[in-house]
Amino acid sequence: MIQPPLATSFLQSSNFRDVLYIIAFSLFIQGLRGLSGPTTAVRGNRIAAVGMAIAVIATLLNPLEGNWGLIVLGVALGAAVGIPAARQVKMTAMPQMVALFNGVGGGAVFLISWSEFRLTDGYSFTPTYIAIFSLFAAIVGSVSFWGSNIAFGKLQEIIPGRPISFGSAQQIVNLVLLVLAVAGAVDIIQGNHSELVFIGVLVCAALLGNAVVLPIGGADMPVVISLLNAFTGLSAAATGIALDNTALIVAGMIVGASGTILTNLMATAMNRSIPAIVAGGFGGTGAVEGASGAGEHAGTVRSTTAADAAIQLAYASRVMIVPGYGMAVAQAQHAVRELTKELEKRGVEVAFAIHPVAGRMPGHMNVLLAEADVPYDQLEEMEEANGEFGRTDVSLVIGANDVTNPAAKNTPSSPIYGMPILEVSDSHSVIVIKRSMNPGFAGIENELYYEPETTMLFGDAKTAVTEITSELANI
Amino acid sequence: MILASTLTTNLAILVLAGFIGFVVISKVPNTLHTPLMSGTNAIHGIVILGGLLIIGLAGNDAFNKVILVIAIAFGTINVIGGFLVTDRMLEMFKSRPKPAPSEQKDGSGDGGSTPGKGKDS
Repeated sequence: MIQPPLATSFLQSSNFRDVLYIIAFSLFIQGLRGLSGPTTAVRGNRIAAVGMAIAVIATLLNPLEGNWGLIVLGVALGAAVGIPAARQVKMTAMPQMVALFNGVGGGAVFLISWSEFRLTDGYSFTPTYIAIFSLFAAIVGSVSFWGSNIAFGKLQEIIPGRPISFGSAQQIVNLVLLVLAVAGAVDIIQGNHSELVFIGVLVCAALLGNAVVLPIGGADMPVVISLLNAFTGLSAAATGIALDNTALIVAGMIVGASGTILTNLMATAMNRSIPAIVAGGFGGTGAVEGASGAGEHAGTVRSTTAADAAIQLAYASRVMIVPGYGMAVAQAQHAVRELTKELEKRGVEVAFAIHPVAGRMPGHMNVLLAEADVPYDQLEEMEEANGEFGRTDVSLVIGANDVTNPAAKNTPSSPIYGMPILEVSDSHSVIVIKRSMNPGFAGIENELYYEPETTMLFGDAKTAVTEITSELANI
Repeated sequence: MILASTLTTNLAILVLAGFIGFVVISKVPNTLHTPLMSGTNAIHGIVILGGLLIIGLAGNDAFNKVILVIAIAFGTINVIGGFLVTDRMLEMFKSRPKPAPSEQKDGSGDGGSTPGKGKDS
């Protein structure tokens, strides 16, 4: 890197770098504003990416920069992992991907804090506030790293989705770990320069991240990822204060705000409080109650065939499709799109009812249907759709389960009681495409399947939908 | 004194950024929440700057170099992966509001897609 002296002094002046950082965070904000509409969103994301490139370049202009070989090595390693992962990941696996990317972000935060601790000899020569923010980043980053990895493992089904916990001792264990981590941090802030204490803090935070996420059931996992996303953002902002870097502060804080809003929205859509989710245990009890519920209803399930379903759909004037994660797993989006086209040819009015947490994160189903070229104006959000089930002839439930469960309205003892649902049972008839009678992600039996207007079409979503479409063509 | 003012300036930036974040993010429609989550996820990959800043100071501390290379690799995965995957998702939305573009084999418009009409209000 040989540069003319004049250019070097200008490019390396700290004012120039600060201006670049200001441009960078302005671009982040402008980019996120673009996400307010589908037409501007692509550009918005790219604007934010340009902001990121500018921030990185500004940092590399720092005259104290060095170890270029190591920088190239780190970036090359990251690109080698990140690019193929982002290119190849299936849209259905998006929640895991976000969890994984979030986790590595948290990992970077705590490693940077650790390195800062070593370079400053345990914060020996720095103002106290820098130690405070750096340690905050270390703890939160570590919790986020381990928590996200567990969340990834659960969604990817490497780790069982059911809650794993210490039972009633769970809260005490979490509290003790948190207190130990904070106590270690306070000890360092008060002048203990021992790296062992710092490692102890990291270990406690790591155990805490595991202990908090392991007991949480699979159904609540997207909320957890969103919460951890907010955590990583806040820890990045704290790193920014410790390193006196405005781009880090602004970007981190905006992510913190975004994660907080999304977490709240999701928790509301599932009628769950965030403390209750973090307290864990959801899903496990539901399976037990579901088992007893199955006994009460046994024998009243009616199954149907693709031909009958096709006739039912063909003579309907209005059909509402209720897609769920099962549809996505079976990769049936495109088959469903063909079915809607076939129905529309016959003059049937078709709409999609989208629950806010359909799929596995908010807006996930919209992404999946967009992938299959389903037009926006056929997608109805929950409130809108619930007003229309009354005048719907056939509701076709494809791989959706918990979000249609009337127990959320009728059974106060149910773990999902109070969760807003799509009121599918208001429509004149319901066809449910499902592989078996197994309960859904939350592990709860669905009363909808036993209601008189409901018929079940057992089979793989894609096969079943394709069969219905070809039967339709024969009518 | 100078240090104290750096802290307060940075805290002011922090608080203002928080408010801007709330305002900007509140305007994002439900439809785009998954890309939003993955996009903001990419943005917090900005911690890579921390790694880049410190690695120049790492000197001869071999262990420090190792953890900083890992941190930079992690940050890169977060940033590049996050932006790429968000771009992939948003591309799918982009083609939607256009009425029957000729390059799309099934864009016959029978779904009644209307220009500019989306759930983005």
